[in-house]
Amino acid sequence: MPLALDGNALRLKDDDDVAVALRPLDPGTAVRFPDATIVAAVQIPSGHKIAVRPIAAGALIRKYGQVIGRAVGAIAPGEHVHVHNVEGTRGRGDLAEATR
Amino acid sequence: MSSKTFLGYRRANGSIGVRNHVLIIPSVMCANFVVERIGRALPDVVTVSHPTGCSQVGTDFEQTKRTMAGFAANPNVGAVLVVGLGCETNESKALANEIAARGQRVEVLGIQETGGTTDTIARGIELARGLLAEIAGFERVPCPVSALILGTECGGSDGFSGITANPALGYASDRLVAEGGTVILAEVPELVGAEHLLAERAEPDVAAKLYELIERVEARARAMHVDMRYGNPTQGNIAGGLTTIEEKSLGAAYKGGSSALREVVEYAERPSKSGLVVMDTPGQDIEQMTGMVAGGAQVVVFTTGRGTPTGSPIAPVIKVATNTTMFERMRENMDVNAGAILDGTRTLEEVGDEIFAWIVDAANGRAPAAETLGFNDFAINRIGPSF
Repeated sequence: MPLALDGNALRLKDDDDVAVALRPLDPGTAVRFPDATIVAAVQIPSGHKIAVRPIAAGALIRKYGQVIGRAVGAIAPGEHVHVHNVEGTRGRGDLAEATR
Repeated sequence: MSSKTFLGYRRANGSIGVRNHVLIIPSVMCANFVVERIGRALPDVVTVSHPTGCSQVGTDFEQTKRTMAGFAANPNVGAVLVVGLGCETNESKALANEIAARGQRVEVLGIQETGGTTDTIARGIELARGLLAEIAGFERVPCPVSALILGTECGGSDGFSGITANPALGYASDRLVAEGGTVILAEVPELVGAEHLLAERAEPDVAAKLYELIERVEARARAMHVDMRYGNPTQGNIAGGLTTIEEKSLGAAYKGGSSALREVVEYAERPSKSGLVVMDTPGQDIEQMTGMVAGGAQVVVFTTGRGTPTGSPIAPVIKVATNTTMFERMRENMDVNAGAILDGTRTLEEVGDEIFAWIVDAANGRAPAAETLGFNDFAINRIGPSF
């Protein structure tokens, strides 16, 4: 699994949209992967996700090579990927009426 | 299959325990006080209390009774005293008969029949002393590791659970399955979004049962018109970096390892097959732990990122930290530090081997932190209302 060369983050599968911060990343911190360098746009807490590529609004987001949710707006590389910009696609009983 | 062994208790019914407890269990919450007072007088017995056992019907009552009977018949228990009131739904003699039918030594006592609180406490102390004397002669003998049923659990998960502790536990699970043992993967709401990865490794009928359990969870969310998020993942999971139930589930499913899924069982139901088994439990930690132990698990491994101290009264629960920061902050509650994988000081396989060694050591009698601290958490999952 691709670990950032600086040890700042871990991208679990090559085609993942996100990497997991392995330490708190201050804004402006570079995360260097063999194929790309991204820069933290905001503070990313340890264990949280940072976008490694542009994610379009409404796009499915992958981690572990699997779908973990859907972007509720466009997400730029380096942004914090979390509950403020990602919704679940499962266990969404709140959408039950709309889809019926 | 290897011939790896540990020193355990071989019970008359053929099952194999890793502890030798006298358990005192109330058939109904109205007997909690008496049970607690007997336990206070006899520190060598194990007692539990619970808010169930009366005004229950149908599958909810069946599940409550199955859980109590399975828990009392767990081979880590050498003998049982059931204390009832006398007018409860979960009639104490019927529960004792159910426990005896599973091959367990059991005595039963009713508060109304005995003549009140004080006399029942005195009679209970007398009966429990007799049971302690009976089991004192049981000795550990060599038993095959293949007899172990391991309960796996994650609680207080964080963004590292699916990277360190759960994959390391999965490595240990694969080792136990290779030895011919059984591994229970549970907390079905925390498999939502990862079920396809398990179904790929199952026969069609087993896969169909798994999808049915997943649908039950999502149907409940639909019936309540709620998003599962914030109930599961919880606020603490979210603070730890987990964003959706799918993400949490994908990390949680690693605990079971990579072997074929052999069976799907109900809450507190004993697996009929060895290998990897899914049990239908909620994600709520204590209800899950109780269900797996009632299903026969003699040892539990519990991974945690935020730091969860819980432990079972009758089964050793081994705690694996997902990160070094929490491991050091809650050192007295933790047994293994999977955070070492991220620190680069140990490999995932090395931590997996340490977890497997801990499972065998715990079976041999070594007490993990939760057992040393004396935890006796117990909760039965309810699936219907009280009437």
